[in-house]
Amino acid sequence: MDFPSYYLDHIAGGRLIIGLIASIHVLINHPLAVGAYPILTFMEWWAHKHHRPDIDQLAYKITFVVFIVTTTIGAMTGVGIWLSTSLFAPFGIGSLLRVFFFGWFAEWLVFISEVCLIMWWFLSWKKADTPEKKRKHIKIGIALSIMSWLTMALIVAVLGFMMNTGDWSQSRAFIDAMTAPLYLPQLGFRTAFAFMTGAVFVWFCTGFFTKKNPQARYWVIEKLSHVTIVSLIFVFFFGIWYWSRIPEAMRANQAVALLSQGFSGWLGKFHSLLMWTVATFLVIGVGGWIVPRLIPRWALLIPTFMGIWLLGHFERAREFMRKPWVIAEYMYSNGIRKDELRFLQSEGMLTHATYVKHRKVTAENRIEAGQDVFMISCSRCHSTTGINGVLDKFTLMYGPGDWNADGMVSFLGTMHKTSTFMPPFPGNRAEKEALVAYILDLRKTRKPLEGAQTEGIRIPETQTSH
Amino acid sequence: MILSILAHTPIPRDLPLPLPLPEGLLKALLVVFFLVHILFVNLTVGGSILVAIFEGLGFRKRRYDLLALEIAKTVTVNKSLAVVMGIGPLLCINLVYTVEWYGANALTGHAWLLIIPLITLAFLLAYLHKYTWHRWESGGWKIGHWAIVLASTLLFLCIPFVFLANINLMLFPSEWEKVKGFFSSLRIGNVFPRYLHFLLASVALSGLAGAGWFWKATVVEKIPGFRRDELRRMFYRVAMWATGLQFIAGPILLFTLPGVGVTPLLYKIILPSAALGLCLWYALWKKVKGSDGNLSTGFFPIVCFFSVVVLGMGSGRHAYREAALASHQSQVRERSEDYQKQLEAWNTAHPEDAESDAETPEQLFATCAACHAPDQRLVGPSLKEIAVIYAGNPDGIVTWATAPGKKRPDYPPMPAFAHLGEEKLRTIADYILATAPK
Repeated sequence: MDFPSYYLDHIAGGRLIIGLIASIHVLINHPLAVGAYPILTFMEWWAHKHHRPDIDQLAYKITFVVFIVTTTIGAMTGVGIWLSTSLFAPFGIGSLLRVFFFGWFAEWLVFISEVCLIMWWFLSWKKADTPEKKRKHIKIGIALSIMSWLTMALIVAVLGFMMNTGDWSQSRAFIDAMTAPLYLPQLGFRTAFAFMTGAVFVWFCTGFFTKKNPQARYWVIEKLSHVTIVSLIFVFFFGIWYWSRIPEAMRANQAVALLSQGFSGWLGKFHSLLMWTVATFLVIGVGGWIVPRLIPRWALLIPTFMGIWLLGHFERAREFMRKPWVIAEYMYSNGIRKDELRFLQSEGMLTHATYVKHRKVTAENRIEAGQDVFMISCSRCHSTTGINGVLDKFTLMYGPGDWNADGMVSFLGTMHKTSTFMPPFPGNRAEKEALVAYILDLRKTRKPLEGAQTEGIRIPETQTSH
Repeated sequence: MILSILAHTPIPRDLPLPLPLPEGLLKALLVVFFLVHILFVNLTVGGSILVAIFEGLGFRKRRYDLLALEIAKTVTVNKSLAVVMGIGPLLCINLVYTVEWYGANALTGHAWLLIIPLITLAFLLAYLHKYTWHRWESGGWKIGHWAIVLASTLLFLCIPFVFLANINLMLFPSEWEKVKGFFSSLRIGNVFPRYLHFLLASVALSGLAGAGWFWKATVVEKIPGFRRDELRRMFYRVAMWATGLQFIAGPILLFTLPGVGVTPLLYKIILPSAALGLCLWYALWKKVKGSDGNLSTGFFPIVCFFSVVVLGMGSGRHAYREAALASHQSQVRERSEDYQKQLEAWNTAHPEDAESDAETPEQLFATCAACHAPDQRLVGPSLKEIAVIYAGNPDGIVTWATAPGKKRPDYPPMPAFAHLGEEKLRTIADYILATAPK
């Protein structure tokens, strides 16, 4: 990549940080926004229709929780995904923004209306004291529900696109990016998942706010158990549909990922997790429907935990299957584009790099040049000595004894064929040797590697702009 | 001297994808979206400062406490709008200043990432402050309550530094080599005068917004002890003072700007805007000093005036940015195009098919060679050993390589090679059996 490298030694490519921020965001967005808004709007409507101020009060209190969480952690982690990806993978997010500008722009407009609506809805709740005002207020809730679903619908297009660019790879047209093959099943899965977990979230909150009003609690539990049961059926079917489309989608990318051991492991785990999650939600749903009194509040934590696990696995698997690409068939996860790969392998990656100390590998600068090679081609996924560290990886292969430098150089040339989630090495033979020299030196010294945020940039002594 | 500085300016390659909209349009959108965003940021920061001050005054006079609460209610709304309106300008700046912006982000990386938890914390504190107002109302609780707004205000005051550092740093790629982390980036350009200018704008804007908001009867009735003309005059005074101080902060900002982006155009935009600012200040002064009857009119014209001044300042900033980055951007463009040309020429000269068709058994075997050596154990067993196990049975190798597992306790498991296809695997298997040392 031709950007200064933000790099955290020990944590490597930031997948952990992006993943953490993104997971928090999704785990708030799906249940609390996409799922809970319509459920709470329904409660408000029902309370209005049947003159049940207690249910209205309950909906208001839960909305307060939703309002606080979504407008702080929810909103900020959404921005956080963007800021963290622009640090760790500026080439990826930068390219996606150019392709998906109108998608993101539309998403922005929808997001503005979502934020305005949630504030309007929550802050005007108590002012809606006449039937007319109440009817209008309920409409705000409906609009909010639609908008929050729409923001998700637009963003999912981007996620689907990263895994399979569909016709975009030829046409470079925005609409083709939007209609890539994984779009609908993924959107359906997420929508159903949001309702299923949103129902359990509202149910869980209800317990805190209805200590003196068991009547209201049983009413809510009964209704929510229906939502849970219906949506879990959709979670199941969309989950299966999504997963059945992946091989086809990935085959279009690269037949490799499909058949790798890694993939079959992910697949098996997703299937069993999906079954168990749906099963726990089913137990809770049916229990809430038939014997609402007998379901203790802590029991809700079990499906909640399973849901988090399932979604976490879903997102991790999605990210895994994308590899070695950051944008399928266009750009590898280290920012090297497919069309420049062979060119760089022939000419050398350092020759055309900006933020490197040396443009050419020599006997004297081998280790320093190797560090730059590591930064450009490995550091987006690997650390030196920490998580997913290169030393650990080579130790797995070559053991604790002496490592054969020639063997390592030869491995770098073919690693993308043995470890199919890795991009091909984007440099020439001298650069492979420099990288190996750096890794062997690192093994001896275990010298920490600092990113541009600490060490600053490295540029060649004599830089010519050609 | 100049040459040596130029030689150390990084000229990176831009992304080769075309911009989704004409560059000029994106830049115009950037200016407009940014002003909308900064409006709400100003109201959040300025509002928070006013809440902290008025709640402090409220310890002596209760009416200030009620006033502080009413402002606090607007802060939590404005902060949400500040975030959501920030996405538009971020989108535009990412597109038109890709290499400069991401470069600055990476150089201030830790601080850039810390924005997320810090803003989240500031927001949570702001909510805590607002929703505990009537609960933590007396004695030590009230002091604690005040401490919350002091903490969130302090955060609101610190966070803009990170944004300003980035906005500033992206303008001076020639200085990037000196930057070693966020704090050292504050020494580049003129971050502190920018900050002062921003802070005064926040207070001025919040004063003006207060003069409008506290004119509403439904709001004023919640603050017994204040008349609405009294409130309006007070907020006009806040706006007047902050605007007046801009005539000190503004010149400092202008004269500390590094020369690289200072052009006649900049002065052509800034000076008339400053002259309008002076008229604005005079209008505010008239309101503050005038009679009560005078207060009920003229708010809307003042807001329009203010908007024009702000638009002028925003355009001035953009003119400076354009001039400061003109040469860097053209060099980046040149280098990117040059690279693209070289790349295309190379790809034309070396069509892909020619190579992949010519894969010899030896080339295919290279995939295996990283782990399997002829005569010794590398990662997996040697070819010699393999040839003994699979003597006369190349299909056995194919079957194994398609779906291998872990056979030997002291060896790592072999990855699957099904993706190579049966034909190639068979070629490799034959090659292994033929060339393995006996």
